[in-house]
Amino acid sequence: MLDGRGAIQHRAGPRLWLSALWLGLLVVLALGAPWIAPKDPLAQDLMLGRLPPFWIDGAEPGYWLGTDSLGRDVLSRILWGARLALTVALVAGTLTCLIGATLGLMAGFLRGASDLVISRLVDIWMAFPPVLFSILLVAVLGPGLFSIIAAIVLIDWTRFARVVRAEAMTQGAMDYVASAQVAGRGRIGTMALEILPNVLPTIGVLLTLEMGIAVIVEAILSFVNLSISTDAPTWGGMIAEGRTSVHQAWWVLVFPLLALFLTVLSFSQLGEGLKDRFDPVLR
Amino acid sequence: MSYLSIRDLELRLKGGGRLLRRVSLEVARGEVHGLVGESGAGKSMIGKAVLGTLPRSVEIVSGQILLDGTDVLAMHPAARRRLIGATCALIPQDPLTALNPAHRVGPQITDRLVDILRWPRAKAEARARELLAEVQIAEPERVMRSYPHELSGGMRQRILIASAFAAEPKLIVADEPTTALDVTVQKQILKLIKAMQERHGTALLFVTHDLGVVSKICQRLSVLYAGMVVEDTDVRTFFRAPRHPYSRALLAATPKYTDPTHSLTPVPEAVIATVRAEVAEADRRAGA
Repeated sequence: MLDGRGAIQHRAGPRLWLSALWLGLLVVLALGAPWIAPKDPLAQDLMLGRLPPFWIDGAEPGYWLGTDSLGRDVLSRILWGARLALTVALVAGTLTCLIGATLGLMAGFLRGASDLVISRLVDIWMAFPPVLFSILLVAVLGPGLFSIIAAIVLIDWTRFARVVRAEAMTQGAMDYVASAQVAGRGRIGTMALEILPNVLPTIGVLLTLEMGIAVIVEAILSFVNLSISTDAPTWGGMIAEGRTSVHQAWWVLVFPLLALFLTVLSFSQLGEGLKDRFDPVLR
Repeated sequence: MSYLSIRDLELRLKGGGRLLRRVSLEVARGEVHGLVGESGAGKSMIGKAVLGTLPRSVEIVSGQILLDGTDVLAMHPAARRRLIGATCALIPQDPLTALNPAHRVGPQITDRLVDILRWPRAKAEARARELLAEVQIAEPERVMRSYPHELSGGMRQRILIASAFAAEPKLIVADEPTTALDVTVQKQILKLIKAMQERHGTALLFVTHDLGVVSKICQRLSVLYAGMVVEDTDVRTFFRAPRHPYSRALLAATPKYTDPTHSLTPVPEAVIATVRAEVAEADRRAGA
């Protein structure tokens, strides 16, 4: 009577491995930046300005990816910039997820007054243009790590709330919820023990997507000089600087852009890959 | 004395029309009582009202639901939930959504025994194994470790039946338990429910729209139309000599698979008109 359904295997697939590999590498590099980075990311040397990367004539040994117009090492700045990008991704992503998913779960399963309040709040929130809103927030709060994280959490919780609410509503209509209620489980118990495990795969995907978005938002804020202090190495800041000298020194723009692109792509692919592998509903 | 008795139960959509019109019925201990009627007649609502799982949009206007003489509607919600949890169970309609896809099957049977009825875990697990064997599942151990998506629909319905009987409830509400299954599996499941019910002496409120099913499993039945009981009788009488014209029309409309030339007979317009008039009359009296 047991048929073959239990034997279906889901292979991880290259996108899960590749994205995990890149993110893993980035975490190691970011953590080890003080030891791995070949140069001091803040050290300026105008004599060594706009050095090209190592494979182009005129490169200096030790400056693998060249230097910017102030003679700062591009590779070292990318590695130090990864620290900020990943910190923001992890902290802001997790906080956004916790707040948004909790509110979404309450709205979707408990319904009634909590749904009314939370859904209206989401509607109002989503009427603000997110990028302008975040710039405004950081401008008011003042630059700094805390402000960046606060801005991301304040803007993006709606993303979680909306999706989790819809999912919780679908799950709430299932017969297993009725069975749990008949058996005597309370509302909160049902929400935590019956609904939440089924919404977790969705939350996981949203969380990794959100981490990617957090990296972008941090880059946007540093691009407009509203992240942390002005000369601290950030990917967005490097892109902003590189943009002004793209014709003379393209590498100052391209390498941080590439790092940003790969990181955001990896976060989204990681989420999709994990969902394919672990979602009990899709299995 | 009957175990479940519903007296003049009146349900209404919040801000809307009447869903149940003074429904009364009695289910004795160990008796199978069928609830039949077309979609929207309110048969599922009766089951939900008994179990306390009515949707938020529905409110109980008046009436009593007595379980072994206690009016559950008058109880504090928490106490009521405990009483229902200890004495009643549900066999749901759709086995595909009635097991939580995120948990293994075993814990889904045992958790409520452990968490809510405070059984020791070992006892609950032994009980689950015993019940799975009773519903003719060949490898209870393996099934208990499986996730629902690894099992077939018929298998899942067996598990749900086992789960419903786990705490030895006095009353089980079966909400169209065979509707989502194909015909061959339907027959097995029906037999199984019947056998389990007889062995455990459980009262069963059996919601269905299939008169064939009623004839096989029920002792009594209530025929509903638009939330009103048009006939409440024992099954023998019903099939031999239905009193109400709507009941007669329903019986005549049952498809006869043995005669392929015999096309489907709808319930005649005239009968619908009669029963609608009765409903309107009941509403008028309720309003007066």
